[in-house]
Amino acid sequence: MTIRVGVVTFPGSLDDHDARRAVRIAGAEPIALWHKDKNLQQVDAVVLPGGFSYGDYLRCGAISRFSPVMESVIEQAQAGLPVLGICNGFQILCESHLLPGALTRNDHLHFICRDQKLRIENTSTAWTSDFEPGQEITVPLKNGEGGFVADERTLDMLEAEGRVIARYLDLNPNGSRRDIAGISNAAGNVVGLMPHPEHAVEPLTGPTTEGLPFFTSILKRLVNA
Amino acid sequence: MSLDTVKNALEHPDVEQPFAELGLKPDEYTRIREILGRRPTSSELAMYSVMWSEHCSYKSSKVHLRQFGDKMPENDAMLVGIGENAGVVDVGQGYAVTFKVESHNHPSYVEPYQGAATGIGGIVRDILAMGARPVAVMDPLRFGAAEHPDTRRVLPGVVAGIGGYGNCLGLPNIGGEIVFDPCYQGNPLVNALCVGVMKHEDIHLAQASGAGNLVILYGARTGGDGIGGVSVLASETFDADGPAKRPAVQVGDPFQEKLLIECTLELFREHLVAGIQDLGGAGLSCATSELASAGSGGMRVELDTVPLRDHTLSPEEILMSESQERMCAVVEPAHVARFMEICDKWDVIATVVGEVTEGDRLEIFWHGEQIVDVPPRTVAHEGPVYERPYARPQWQDTLQADAAERLPRPGTADELKAALLDLVASPNLADKSWVTDQYDRYVLGNTVLAQPEDSGMVRIDEETGLGVALATDGNGRFCKLDPYTGAQLALAEAYRNVATTGARPLAVTDCLNFGSPEDPAVMWQFAETTRGLADACQVLGTPVTGGNVSFYNQTGETAIHPTPVVGVLGVIDDVERRTPVGFAEEGQIILLLGDTHEELSGSAWAQVAHDHLGGLPPRVDLERERLLAEILIAGSRDGMVDAAHDLADGGLAQALVEACLTGGHGARVVLAEDLDPTVALFSESAGRAIVAVPRSEEMRFSDMCKVRGLPCARIGVVDGDTLDFQGHFTVALDELRTAHERTLKALFG
Repeated sequence: MTIRVGVVTFPGSLDDHDARRAVRIAGAEPIALWHKDKNLQQVDAVVLPGGFSYGDYLRCGAISRFSPVMESVIEQAQAGLPVLGICNGFQILCESHLLPGALTRNDHLHFICRDQKLRIENTSTAWTSDFEPGQEITVPLKNGEGGFVADERTLDMLEAEGRVIARYLDLNPNGSRRDIAGISNAAGNVVGLMPHPEHAVEPLTGPTTEGLPFFTSILKRLVNA
Repeated sequence: MSLDTVKNALEHPDVEQPFAELGLKPDEYTRIREILGRRPTSSELAMYSVMWSEHCSYKSSKVHLRQFGDKMPENDAMLVGIGENAGVVDVGQGYAVTFKVESHNHPSYVEPYQGAATGIGGIVRDILAMGARPVAVMDPLRFGAAEHPDTRRVLPGVVAGIGGYGNCLGLPNIGGEIVFDPCYQGNPLVNALCVGVMKHEDIHLAQASGAGNLVILYGARTGGDGIGGVSVLASETFDADGPAKRPAVQVGDPFQEKLLIECTLELFREHLVAGIQDLGGAGLSCATSELASAGSGGMRVELDTVPLRDHTLSPEEILMSESQERMCAVVEPAHVARFMEICDKWDVIATVVGEVTEGDRLEIFWHGEQIVDVPPRTVAHEGPVYERPYARPQWQDTLQADAAERLPRPGTADELKAALLDLVASPNLADKSWVTDQYDRYVLGNTVLAQPEDSGMVRIDEETGLGVALATDGNGRFCKLDPYTGAQLALAEAYRNVATTGARPLAVTDCLNFGSPEDPAVMWQFAETTRGLADACQVLGTPVTGGNVSFYNQTGETAIHPTPVVGVLGVIDDVERRTPVGFAEEGQIILLLGDTHEELSGSAWAQVAHDHLGGLPPRVDLERERLLAEILIAGSRDGMVDAAHDLADGGLAQALVEACLTGGHGARVVLAEDLDPTVALFSESAGRAIVAVPRSEEMRFSDMCKVRGLPCARIGVVDGDTLDFQGHFTVALDELRTAHERTLKALFG
């Protein structure tokens, strides 16, 4: 059985091709999904890729959240469809209220592109089960608005429920509260991540291949399901 | 404001026209009248004035640029040469690559963010218009003194603009340069390079052929931005209420450009485009006249159909507007419906604005009345050509006599160490990640090498590993001392940088940044530079495929250093074989390739230690450069070399520091005994590189050098966490790193 992972292209998506490559390298079949099309083509999981959808001129992800494809994504995510939002995808998930909190302008006010060290904090989600608990990885990070914020109660809740799935190590690159790099929903099928694991899947073009387990995790989960 | 039609121009021949305010000389205006056999309409005058500007017509540089064609080396790789939007070269496996560097200097000084942003936008559309998918950008930048307050205004804005536009466009920024020198105070250089990839059969050209084919304008609506002289025209001739104040710097919308790229590539894929041109400088005037000029027929345009952002724009303003993110395509009638469907899919506005005609005239109408009727070649390709006077400046001899080799040198080990630390911390040689970390180097997932490597390298075929490498270089200090040699050194350095990473240099693009062509001394620098570059390209076998000239980079009487920025494109059969800069493995042998001479004039050491510029630049030996490149490429191909770094600014010392810091390993190094240590460390002799080879490969590699006649000296070994110049001084990598990395952060962070 080939696992089919949809990757949505919004106008202004940039890392959609790269997310499809990562899905392919992980051993699944990437399916290109188009923002104007509600039909998810019965994919087994969805990736919302990085980029600047609609130019991010209003608020990052604020317009994409209303695109036809997101109606289906939101509906099916609530029913358990695994969804990974990377960078702009994370922002869209927050705007969609599939995940709590918001991503704000980096505290230093510059776009930043660097090889970022992370610790995987939760290996029970759909997208992180292939990591070792507490595993430290280095993957590219590139964002202008990556500072994760939420009120203290929400942050406490995320911590208490183990929904902080990855944390920045050594350096907090954007002022995220509690060094949060990624979170999940309560069910663990929806994950938002600011760094870019799809750019760490080949030794030649990434700093490491330590982003790959995000894509293999989903495969195993679906095969075992 | 009444409409100035062709009929009106015939009926009222003696209207006084503001040609001088639009930048036309009296004889140029007379020539326009001769061409047309009447006075031009205001719209025609607008078109001629922008198309005959220095920027569009190359009227001062043309006679010198011809050498790039006349001296063009035999090169089978060249598919499209100078004159199109960008040159195209064959890189094998059915792929063609197009690349070009352009300037956006003046707008970037006025409004750093938008100036730099639209510089990226413009060069990307040039590449797109050739039929290629843009795959990477690079930015060679020059600023005034690093500590000058105005640099603190200009640099952060330029960097944010490049990042803001390029990142949002999804193009990795894989290299470039950042150089500070007081000569660029008030005249920063913001050059932008883009490279694109296509299959041979996908090459598109800017020409309008086939009567009945339709002209489609698509992309952003046309607004009042970027209109230079037209407000003069509109106001002084027709409007007594005062000139319209239009900002002369364009405003970029990278999101629109991203849609334009994807939309255009889909149009190409379905073979719906017969001819295409981007809208950049001179906007519709340029696109329509160039398309019609290069095609076989004429063109008729209904200007009132152009979608506008501002409905008060006059036809003259519409013709001159430099609104960004627009393209103009020539499409067969049968393809128009599908063309429109694809534009609609990408939410890109597309409008049929005209058609290709049987005749040989470019005719433009405004609500049914004819406002332009010109032979398009006279607008686009047959502009004025000047043989500007040039003369070697009087001060050149004095400057060359003031050699840096006579300056006091560090005498003790401590002084040498201090000189090294000063050098690696100097703004020009310091770590640039404060800047490059603001650029996305990962997007598209094919970046194999990026800053601070010697060249940027991207994979273009994921199956075979075929890739291209690009480097840009240009040392204005050397060019000031001797523009002929300086230009050759710029080419040699970029060529060497490409070869160091294992790629075979193929072709050249150049951005020639100079002062005023009306100054004979500047014109002499320009003549010498072009002659030097053309001669060197001939020897190295790398043709100039295109580029750009930027004059008038001067304030008052003071021109910038002549600054040719030379970009070299190379090809590598398998990017797995690339050679990085950093020393990655302990115990490897460090070899120095090439000869070191006592060449300190124009060097970074002379600038940092003595604030000195004088003497003669390092000598150039192009045959040696060729040999060195062959050895470096062979070493990479045969897996003999694990790291390699070209020697340039800061000499051997700086190269070793960078290789150590990038790789995270120290080195023990023995300096040549027959050289003064200052020369051994800081001389900038050309034609040199260091390589790190595994012990098992040392014999094979040095034998190869010996057989081919390339000097190859074992100078040390990769080892420890210090850089140890044995018998002289030792410096800890941590100390070097701190010195190297703090400078730009302290200045701009």
